[in-house]
Amino acid sequence: MLPWLLAATTLAVVALTAPSLGRYLFDVFDERPQPAWDRWLNPIEAGLLRWIGDNGRSADTAMGYMLPLLISNALFGALALLLLLVQPAWLNPLGFGGLRWDLALHTTISFLTNTDQQHLVPEQSLGNLAQLGAMQFLMFVSAATGLAVGFAVIRGFSGRPIGSFHRDLLRALTRVLIPASLLLALFFLVSGVPMTLAPPLEIITLEGGRQLLPRGPIALFEAIKQLGENGGGFVSANSAHPYENPTLLTNLVSTWAMLIIPAATIDAFGRFVGNRRQSNLLLALVFALLLIGAVVAMTAEQAGNPVLERWLSGGNLQGKELRFGPALTGLWAVVTTGTMTGAVNGAIDAAMPLTILTALFNLFLQVVFGGQGTGIAYLLVFVLLAVFLTGLMVGRTPEFLGRKVEKPQVVWASLILLIHPIFVLIPTALTLAGGTELAGISNPGSHGISQVVYEYASAAANNGSGLEGLGDATPWWNITTSLSLLGGRFLPIAALLALADGFRRKPALEPSPGTLRTDTGLFTSVTAVVLVILGALTFFPVLALGPIAEALSLLPVKTLGAIGDVLNLAS
Amino acid sequence: MTTTARIQFPRMPRGPRQERRYTERPRQQGLVQRAIMEAFRKLDPRLSVANPVMFVVWCGTVLCLLLTLVPNLLDARATAADRGFNALISLTLLATLLFANFAEALAEGRGKAQADALRRTQARTEARRQRPDGSTEMVDSSTLRRGDLVLVQAGDVIPADGEVITGVASVDESAITGESAPVLKEAGSDVAGSVTGGTRILSDQLTLRISADPGKGFIDRMIALVEGAERSKTPNEIALTVLLAVLTQVFLIAVATLSPVAGFLNQAPSVVTLVALLVALIPTTIGGLLSAIGIAGMDRVAQFNVIATSGRAVEACGDVNTLILDKTGTITLGNRLAEEFLPVGGHSSAELAEAALGASCFDQTPEGRSIVRLAEKQGAVLPFDAASASGIEFSARTRMSGTDSPEGTEFRKGAVDAVKGFVRSRGGTVPDELDGCFEQVSRLGGTPLAVCRGGEVFGVIYLKDIIKPGIRERFDQLRRMGIRTVMLTGDNPITAGVIAREAGVDDFIAEATPEDKIAVIQQEQKLGKLVAMTGDGSNDAPALAQANVGVAMNSGTQAAKEAANMVDLDSDPTKLIDIVTIGKQLLITRGALTTFSIANDIAKYFAILPALFAGAGLQALNVMKLASPKSAILSAMVFNALIIPALVPLALKGVQFRPLSAEQLLRRNLLVFGLGGVVAPFVGIKLIDLALGALRLV
Repeated sequence: MLPWLLAATTLAVVALTAPSLGRYLFDVFDERPQPAWDRWLNPIEAGLLRWIGDNGRSADTAMGYMLPLLISNALFGALALLLLLVQPAWLNPLGFGGLRWDLALHTTISFLTNTDQQHLVPEQSLGNLAQLGAMQFLMFVSAATGLAVGFAVIRGFSGRPIGSFHRDLLRALTRVLIPASLLLALFFLVSGVPMTLAPPLEIITLEGGRQLLPRGPIALFEAIKQLGENGGGFVSANSAHPYENPTLLTNLVSTWAMLIIPAATIDAFGRFVGNRRQSNLLLALVFALLLIGAVVAMTAEQAGNPVLERWLSGGNLQGKELRFGPALTGLWAVVTTGTMTGAVNGAIDAAMPLTILTALFNLFLQVVFGGQGTGIAYLLVFVLLAVFLTGLMVGRTPEFLGRKVEKPQVVWASLILLIHPIFVLIPTALTLAGGTELAGISNPGSHGISQVVYEYASAAANNGSGLEGLGDATPWWNITTSLSLLGGRFLPIAALLALADGFRRKPALEPSPGTLRTDTGLFTSVTAVVLVILGALTFFPVLALGPIAEALSLLPVKTLGAIGDVLNLAS
Repeated sequence: MTTTARIQFPRMPRGPRQERRYTERPRQQGLVQRAIMEAFRKLDPRLSVANPVMFVVWCGTVLCLLLTLVPNLLDARATAADRGFNALISLTLLATLLFANFAEALAEGRGKAQADALRRTQARTEARRQRPDGSTEMVDSSTLRRGDLVLVQAGDVIPADGEVITGVASVDESAITGESAPVLKEAGSDVAGSVTGGTRILSDQLTLRISADPGKGFIDRMIALVEGAERSKTPNEIALTVLLAVLTQVFLIAVATLSPVAGFLNQAPSVVTLVALLVALIPTTIGGLLSAIGIAGMDRVAQFNVIATSGRAVEACGDVNTLILDKTGTITLGNRLAEEFLPVGGHSSAELAEAALGASCFDQTPEGRSIVRLAEKQGAVLPFDAASASGIEFSARTRMSGTDSPEGTEFRKGAVDAVKGFVRSRGGTVPDELDGCFEQVSRLGGTPLAVCRGGEVFGVIYLKDIIKPGIRERFDQLRRMGIRTVMLTGDNPITAGVIAREAGVDDFIAEATPEDKIAVIQQEQKLGKLVAMTGDGSNDAPALAQANVGVAMNSGTQAAKEAANMVDLDSDPTKLIDIVTIGKQLLITRGALTTFSIANDIAKYFAILPALFAGAGLQALNVMKLASPKSAILSAMVFNALIIPALVPLALKGVQFRPLSAEQLLRRNLLVFGLGGVVAPFVGIKLIDLALGALRLV
């Protein structure tokens, strides 16, 4: 009962805190006066913008926003890649050398795309300089890039000019991510998370052996990891490690931290378009999807494997930290995949098939709160598609927020629908066709399929978690997932910006009784169905062969026999 | 003189709409047979490539047919035993293609029948073309070019659309309007200056300037549109095609990648079943019916006796936010009749009647003639010799008309303030009671016309306006559909306000000039609204061109007809409301079938997937308890094929449109087509499965 109460409390706190942070984000990105900050941040921001030679004016076109985004991201990536390839001795107490090129490339791209998929064991390959200068740096700028894009898209939908990328990136850092991370880091520090540049601690174990305990500037790393929907661990065990997630309280606060910015962004969207009813309904929609997932995963983990129930009780404990227990680990798995964070506090690989199904479902949809900034953007795309599909049924060219949804909008939204099949299904098929030797798949049968699909889905959705039995530190995996990472990040961003910029140029109409209202319960339900049909139905065959088949294989043999009798399996 | 009188009445079509056809009802017999023939002809890949969804089905069909002939072409495990099943799948796929082709062919066939009927109105004739030197030559009507001058005499068929240059003649337009009474055509008149090819001149002769090259007239454009020959897709149809194409690609990837994924479990399905899965998932229902819906929409417009020059215009009708309507002829019956004389300034009613008669003796408008009638009924006699007097025509600038008697006395009648100005300019004074009479008449919703003789005001004529019965209900419907109505009238603001209130329009503009029309349209368009209007006069042409949907009356001038994107052959301004309904119906039908088509996928997954991967332990997903994997796949495919002809009537007739609010419409249509789309295939596939089992086909 306790885990359910804790889960409910955490989600309730998210719902309660989202509006105030939403108000704050609205102030930041609509450039409203914030006297407390403006006095000493304005000169800094203005100075920095002047230094890079940007006048801070809004871009005229989507390209005007996209180009600085690509250039700066390429620059960020190049710097990090260089640092990973040549790890200097400075701040590198264990003297790690540079990474192999494909691993360095994959790690850079993975952190640059706000994914943080890790094919390496960080505590055995990265010194503090690389952790700070490459990993943590990319965590901040990739989250800021995501937020910037999210608000550029929101501005477009609300009819405002889409804004200036540099300005948005800066303000996301100075006014949102850096202060919030510092606050959260303080909490982690107090809770016992290390924050030091000291070399690893050498201890004598009870058996008398010698062991190196890696430590480092983890508290701040941890804060931006959760708040920025990054998810990359300072250590390989991620949030299952006591240095990253020491207590039950840090576990719950981390869960909250993953959800809060995407939730607040949805709230801020309502303030931008002057219709909080609309944003509250969208929030309710994603909350409902999250709750369904959470109930499925928590129940599945708590019930455990039915095949083993004669010998084991207490739920599915494989791959779990006993400090958190099966149910809260299930909740975490749903939240981390829904928000595109990808941090883990237990092994998803060892989770029940239904939990994996829920996680994959979240990765395919990308909107169950969704990634930093991109979550609301994808949600708006699905609303737009729902408007287009069903809006015709009221006998008018469909309208969303007073603007007509016409060919250009449908083209961009459709392109976004194509990204996942291209960057998840095609590499999955190639990998599975190549056999286990190429794939490093550690499980036969349906679970093997889940491992491969999950890896690519996690990459394309910029999530970063994985079914870690997979032997993925190979050039094949590093290169193919890098393609999925880049394709899943920058192509949709370009399409989203083009969509939003085209949308804002359309004349806005006052609503009339003949206008389809999107801020109603009825339409929100329609959006939910469209979301499931367009976002996830494509993947139903692989889900059926992967986690669904695995889940069905756990059904009591008697039930299966009964079904088998009914079916004519002879053919 | 009687013919002159006729023409002045705006022609109102009479009788129930279905009897007002100008063309015979298109022949229905033989349509189906011809459509079946066409369905086979459309299997030509060069034709089917235009529709991406159906082209995928086409490719799948060819692949399955090949695999029927050579079962182990792509898969070494396959044996000749698979041939039967492959053949059955190939046949259902072929049926799917044929059904979709049939739907399109049927819609086109109906359009062709309509087009043939239209074409019969423009039989080729001989025409007398005028040479530059004034002599004439006989030429075939098809050789006439825009700008040619043509002489037509009593008994001739008018060879092409044109404008009257000289002459007065009566013309029988029943061939296109259904009105049996002849109408007068004369040069330089707004309502009588244009003639349409295919009509017959009954008396006298006219010189015409041909206004359209052969094949470019209104009727020709309409023929092209209903035949679907030059049918360009409408913007909304294009957007939908894009989405359907992308969905098809998405499912193409999903199905193509399935083979290696299932191969990992040693469950690689046969190519034929994968093709079946693909065809089941891609939106074939809407893909197959999309063009039929569009063609049928144009056809419906034609059946309403309206010539649309583009499909885009018809679709835009559904989006219209504001209707701009002329009061006269649309909201009120065209003819205002003189009801009463209200004398002022100590004049008697008889004196006023005499002055009114004097001012109206040359006025051949219905109003003018009704004044003459009323005055004569009251015993008034014309105070001068009409033969040597001269008439002063009404103009929008002076807003007065009248007569100058042989002695030079100026009899005038017109808008009260215009007459006031005239009286003052002649040194007269305006009695105070005039304003009282003006208000009295205006408050009754009537039009007050002041009458004066020189500088002396005699009184006011009360012209009674009659609001069309049932118009209020129509405006209420429009309001529920979210469409704003604006009434334009030359009346004074009080009269206009009374009429507007009684008719239930949302807004009105009184004392409107033709320029006001454009201003109102531009103002609305600036707010992003789509504006529809009707018009007939030459001075309406710029406004008709500016409006998103401009409907010209067939009785109107050539300029108005060319500026408009639709021409109403019945010249019935209220028909704009029907056209809006057709536009909406077109969009609803498209949306409803799309929703239905996509909602179908859920059930199809549950039918096909467990069957496809029976060995992967997915039997529990077989919620429909279908007899065998093969029967399940075949049932889904048969359902997929049969649903197309089942929906053809709906696609051709259009989903019924009710004037409800958007919210109510959405709820209703979602229930029918959304929920129906989820449930129907579960029921349908199960029934087909039972039937296949009974037939022992698989």
